[in-house]
Amino acid sequence: MAAIYSLYIINKSGGLIFYKDCGTKGRMDTNDSLRVASLWHSMHAISQQLSPVNGCSGIELLQADTFDLHCFQSLPGTKFFVVCEPGTPHMESLLRYIYELYTDFVLKNPFYEIEMPIRCELFDINLTLAVQSDRVALLGR
Amino acid sequence: MQFFGGSEINPSPQVPTASGNNAHMMYVFNRNGVCLLYKEWNRPLHTLNPQQDHKLMFGLLFSLKSLTAKMDPVNAEKGNLGVPQLPGQGCSFHSFRTNTYKLSFMETPSGIKIILVTHPKTGDLRESLKYIYGLYVEYVAKNPIYNPGSPVKSELFNTALDQYVRSIS
Repeated sequence: MAAIYSLYIINKSGGLIFYKDCGTKGRMDTNDSLRVASLWHSMHAISQQLSPVNGCSGIELLQADTFDLHCFQSLPGTKFFVVCEPGTPHMESLLRYIYELYTDFVLKNPFYEIEMPIRCELFDINLTLAVQSDRVALLGR
Repeated sequence: MQFFGGSEINPSPQVPTASGNNAHMMYVFNRNGVCLLYKEWNRPLHTLNPQQDHKLMFGLLFSLKSLTAKMDPVNAEKGNLGVPQLPGQGCSFHSFRTNTYKLSFMETPSGIKIILVTHPKTGDLRESLKYIYGLYVEYVAKNPIYNPGSPVKSELFNTALDQYVRSIS
């Protein structure tokens, strides 16, 4: 059973362009979600500096006491990260699927300005479908 | 743990050496950010000089703890972002993984932070970190001539630590 609490998408400068909250207690207001997104962008960059070997591309998984955070960075630098229950499987493939939805419904939308907040209805609809539990299990196969 | 991180552009992560030593390096900080111990077993890349490296590591951990406390989806009462948290207060992380290393972290109630940087495929090291803290208590905290807040120079501690870390698979 996939229990996803929230999803964030940040552009290559660290600004939050999409935020979806499925949880109840963890709700953050807009300002806090913006701050958290920029903080994550910086942490991701600093973790590359501290690597003992070459070729580090930043944090992919952060494990905390009550949640896990999976992060996927696309080649242009857009970061997709999801906050979920500890031990939830198939999050990496879900993030790649969300990236596909992003390229299909956001980037190919002629009215969408790159790096700006996402306001595309089709993206929202398909995203809601994707995070339903049975869909996530299907992706894992 | 399943591993989807690699792409053709990044080189493959460091393979463990024949001696079975998976650890790259280890840091121990006290509650004021003083680096009590820094041990290096295998570190081909040095980005910054040691002082900057320690400060950056401490800063990263401080900010990550602040972030996890704020992002906690389970607790309703959360402080503001950036407010220093007491050890044990708020949700804290225990490890993070990149494509080239895995960092395991433990903070004790007295504010001692133990960080171990290993190969990315390493499993959960929380029990190992607790054991290392046990070694710290035995050889450092209980040492009557050790001055708290100063770097650790105990031979016994270093030997026991080396032996233990080399045995972690």
